[in-house]
Amino acid sequence: MDWGFILERTFSTLFGVEVMVFALAAVGLNVHFGYTGLLNFGQVGFMAAGAYGLGVTIHYFEWNFMIGVVFGVVYSLILAAILGLPTLRLRGDYLAIVTIAASESIRLFVRWRKMKEFTGASEGLGEFADPFYETALNPFDVGVRYDFGPFSYLGRDLWVLTVGWIILILTVLFVKRLMSSPWGRALKAIREDEDAARALGKNAYWFKLQSLMLGGVIGGMAGMLQVIQKGSIQADTFNPVITFTIWAILILGGPGRTWSPVIGSMIYWTLIAFLETTLRQLPEGTSNTLEDTIKLSDFNISQVRFIMVGVGLILLARYRPQGIFGSREEMALDDR
Amino acid sequence: MTGEPRPEIVFGSTAGGGGAAGAIHDHDNPVAGVFDDVEAIPGSKKPDPILIADHVTKTFGGLTAVDVEHLEIQRGAITALIGPNGAGKTTFFNLLTGFDKPNTGHVVLDGSSIDGVPPHKLANKGMVRTFQLTKALSRMTVIDNMKLGAVNQTGEHFWRALLPVWKRQEEEVEARGDKLLDRFNLTHMRDEFAGTMSGGQRKLVEMARALMTDPKLVMLDEPMAGVNPALTQSLLGHVKGLRAEGRTVIFVEHDMDVVHDISDWVVVMAEGQIIAEGTPDDIAANPDVIDAYLGSSHDADFESWDDGPAPVELPTDSTDAAPNDAASTDAASPDDEGSA
Repeated sequence: MDWGFILERTFSTLFGVEVMVFALAAVGLNVHFGYTGLLNFGQVGFMAAGAYGLGVTIHYFEWNFMIGVVFGVVYSLILAAILGLPTLRLRGDYLAIVTIAASESIRLFVRWRKMKEFTGASEGLGEFADPFYETALNPFDVGVRYDFGPFSYLGRDLWVLTVGWIILILTVLFVKRLMSSPWGRALKAIREDEDAARALGKNAYWFKLQSLMLGGVIGGMAGMLQVIQKGSIQADTFNPVITFTIWAILILGGPGRTWSPVIGSMIYWTLIAFLETTLRQLPEGTSNTLEDTIKLSDFNISQVRFIMVGVGLILLARYRPQGIFGSREEMALDDR
Repeated sequence: MTGEPRPEIVFGSTAGGGGAAGAIHDHDNPVAGVFDDVEAIPGSKKPDPILIADHVTKTFGGLTAVDVEHLEIQRGAITALIGPNGAGKTTFFNLLTGFDKPNTGHVVLDGSSIDGVPPHKLANKGMVRTFQLTKALSRMTVIDNMKLGAVNQTGEHFWRALLPVWKRQEEEVEARGDKLLDRFNLTHMRDEFAGTMSGGQRKLVEMARALMTDPKLVMLDEPMAGVNPALTQSLLGHVKGLRAEGRTVIFVEHDMDVVHDISDWVVVMAEGQIIAEGTPDDIAANPDVIDAYLGSSHDADFESWDDGPAPVELPTDSTDAAPNDAASTDAASPDDEGSA
């Protein structure tokens, strides 16, 4: 077994693109669920809105990259308004139904044949991210691999990571500041009991809409960073599994805590990377035995690691339901 | 806990029990004598009504839950709303406070119509309510519960929340919250999660939090439900305290002793309609009320009033002494092992 390789892959994942993108999307979901109690099961829809806002603006309209970013934000805001305006007056479950349906509708809409001119349909979009890498601000050589101790990244990824982590940390601090203000207090009150908040003069509907928009825009930014790194937009990558991964990350970290999306994402993805590289590096004898007994082969290792993470999440739900950062005492206050 | 039926209490024995702080007499009442010229009939005119409801009806399918022809609530007084279960008291509360929309009717608060005004705007107009099932915001601290109650907070606007422009107001709000916590003997719970409190303490917090809106009209939906007798006395004292500050109180209650002790005026509902109004003594003597409220098997409750009103204690430390406190606090806060 090549432990050096396993460690390098694991450490590089720790600050890698997946951790950064999913942490950012989970920060958005944390605003929705952790602080406001909104059941958003379509966070991937906001990511798609951001990604296509960027991609279509540059690819079809051939406008400037920064205008594309602005459109990505605007599309996410519009999506939040479309989802929130009719449903936020209703009970929480309705938002869950509408968001999961909407995120699938978006995916099916953008891969629709008749949308090919705008969204590239199932072939997707490319060649929109070049300005991001060609900017004079980029200090890295796109084609070169950079090594720092156990961390190893391509120059291209390093530039996305630099920008992405700055955005992520600023967003977390932004959310932290908001949540320690009276605005955040009103959101938490709505999470605890909407009617009590309304009786005390809080416009719960408006607060929930603001929360949905804020978390949606953060999700949209995560979507943009993801497609910028990939260099292409594929409709089918915006599937509901992404949403559930974001949920798993948030629950892992502990909802309603400042840094839990970031730590949750780090744990989730490094665990995945560690399991995958370890399983692929097993000594010949061991891997043959595993193949003969539980049919573990090179082809299904990527499925097996998700199964193992799933088992881990079940154990977490049983033994530490509050997540890494949550407080058990606080959690227990729920069941009265 | 609050949903359970209240235990039978033998009247006349609890209200005066353990009296340490002395009784409140009629001459303490700022609205004493106001009702002298008011007719004890449903829909009677009051000298200075703060709330007027006209033709307010609400139907659920074929059932008429509320059908109130005319009701005036006297400013500065404590008005009790009583009636058997299913009389429409809470529904009427919901209609008045904007939590439900009436099919017909008009409501006027302090001279301006509040038809169709949503609940959060009513709080800004000086009308606040509490709930039958106490709504402590469990995963927020007690002081945060209090601070939430303040209306017109600059820091509740998204962009202004990011700037330090709300800090000074926040200090004022916090000072006001601390003062109210002190008044309600809850200072020791200040930084605890509201969810760790006993049922009685939650009732107190809910009332204190409502006062943070600085209301003109306080509407309490069964404030004494599920509260032990000692704490009931404390709550009664606080309700009287509201009247002493010049606030108007409407409250729903089932305990006839409580109603007789603290209310200046009683409104009786049955099957959605107001069937009687009057002073507590008028109501006690009203055979319609006794029939509607207690059915044919009525007994001690009203007859015990003939002995005169029972003395009421001033608020004391009874929150601490309340026997259910220790038990429910323990039950609500599990072991801290493993928490971050």
